Amino acid sequence: MDENRRQRLETIAGAIRRHIISMVAAAGSGHPGGSLSAVEILTALYFEVMRHDPGNPAWEVRDRFVLSKGHACPVVYASLAEAGYFPVEELQTLRAFGSRLQGHPDRKKLPGLEASTGSLGQGLSIASGMALGFKMDQRSNRVYCLMGDGELDEGQIWEAAMTAAHYKLDNLCGIIDRNGLQIDGWTCDVKTLEPLADKWRAFGWNVIEVDGHNLEDLLCAFGRFRHGHFMPTVIIAHTVKGKGVKIMENEAGWHGKAPDRDLASRILEELDGGGKR
Amino acid sequence: MTTVPLADNLWADVEMIPTRFGYGDGLVELGGENPRVVVLGADLSSSLKVDRFQAAFPDRFIQTGIAEQDMTNLAAGLSLVGKIPFVSTYGVFCTGRAWDQLRTTVAYGGLNVKIGSGHGGISVGPDGATHQALEDIAITRTIPGMTVLVPCDYHETVKAVKAAAAIEGPVVIRFGREKVPVVTTSETPFEVGRAEIFREGSDVTILACGIMVYEALKAARTLEDEGVSAKVINCHSVKPMDIRTVVDSALETGAVVTAEEHQVMGGFGSAVAEVLCRHAPVPLRMVGIQDVFGQSGSPEELMDAYGLTSEAIAESVRDVLEAKGR
Repeated sequence: MDENRRQRLETIAGAIRRHIISMVAAAGSGHPGGSLSAVEILTALYFEVMRHDPGNPAWEVRDRFVLSKGHACPVVYASLAEAGYFPVEELQTLRAFGSRLQGHPDRKKLPGLEASTGSLGQGLSIASGMALGFKMDQRSNRVYCLMGDGELDEGQIWEAAMTAAHYKLDNLCGIIDRNGLQIDGWTCDVKTLEPLADKWRAFGWNVIEVDGHNLEDLLCAFGRFRHGHFMPTVIIAHTVKGKGVKIMENEAGWHGKAPDRDLASRILEELDGGGKR
Repeated sequence: MTTVPLADNLWADVEMIPTRFGYGDGLVELGGENPRVVVLGADLSSSLKVDRFQAAFPDRFIQTGIAEQDMTNLAAGLSLVGKIPFVSTYGVFCTGRAWDQLRTTVAYGGLNVKIGSGHGGISVGPDGATHQALEDIAITRTIPGMTVLVPCDYHETVKAVKAAAAIEGPVVIRFGREKVPVVTTSETPFEVGRAEIFREGSDVTILACGIMVYEALKAARTLEDEGVSAKVINCHSVKPMDIRTVVDSALETGAVVTAEEHQVMGGFGSAVAEVLCRHAPVPLRMVGIQDVFGQSGSPEELMDAYGLTSEAIAESVRDVLEAKGR
């Protein structure tokens, strides 16, 4: 990846991280941990990979993004705002009464959101339905679905995994934010997911494993997805929950807790000073 | 208010067809009219008669296997790319097992998904309580934005399918397994949000939905012999309810009996009570399942044992008239 491109994407990712901290702090509640772990994934999708037009959210030929782990909506709101779907100032209304930025995504309120999600395990089925519909009509749109790793405890994910493989939905790309933590602790202690890649392979998926914070690796993985395999693709993105914010990294406690304003200012200084990792 | 035309052989050799045939045939007609219509099935295609759609439009039938939650959200995704999907399975599964999917993804998302909720009621018979949907009306009508239709016979089920496709938003259509009397004709009017007066009367109003409409008409004949004039109204549109017709009739007759093949708690009778307690607080009795599960048995045995007969309706009418007279 050339240096300009890398710098551009890293600058965007840095801005999205700062938005997440400041909006969750302003709301006084929300989910920073699983938002921060997905920053590079969303940056890659909204600023390189997906076909979309912030000026025309209903564009017929746009690719679709479904946030199955709906609680991580701060990273999506921040990405949409950075992309130009709405003013970044509106991010400060997160979770406020009357806001378009609901605690979990409401597609009816905010243009750019493709589905209302928040009850875990449902997104991959929604994304599969979209992908199947595009196939039926020979449309070239692609569908991306971000899942949490804790969310894979839900049985419906595996129903959808079977369906998508059965219908050979090679226009569907699942991404797993494999940060290893869920509310009650490490995913391996809550319920064993491994061997995760083997599970998806056994279900008939093209599996790609990447460092979910390495933009170059992510772009390469999305490129491999787009070459088509007559099977759906899942990218297992190995990430760090709370990535980029020292006190939040690998701490389950920051799954659904907001920093107070003082702490948020210190974190924002850390993010400004720390610069590129 | 006037009554609508009904089948002319109601009391002599009435035609018997299962309402699920109406669902299957309605989808075939609709599929020919609208290429956006797709049908999803979860391994119950011949039981729900959606194999007829599958044969006519193989490219627009989606088999999901035994996975009702996935099926409901697949339909959500299909609706988001312009399809009009009809999710088809038994009521206990599509409204019960997949309730969260129906509430959060479909209804909260404001999506154009239709739910074909088969095997409604205790008349499912020998399969027993696990497969008898008796709570489906209650748990779907409480979801904001949901339309809930309970057609009374074959023709109404065909019409309900078409009406559902014409509505932008989620719709549940409840139908049953067994052969039931064909009460209406293809000409009988059917409009979502409108109740139809099937028989005029002045002493009491019987409000019924689904297969209890025929039982209500039968009860009205019995009562006529006793000198009681019973008005019978078909409320196929449980939500939105035709509040005006329900309230006007209640005020005119001064007593109401509801009849449904469903729990009275939270169901159609409760929906009527919610309206009457505010606009027409007249004496009310509810015929339906009284807070118990069903069991195996023949449909006739079960309908009789659980009080879902014309006799049970007539008895409730006598009871409510006594309350009215006090």
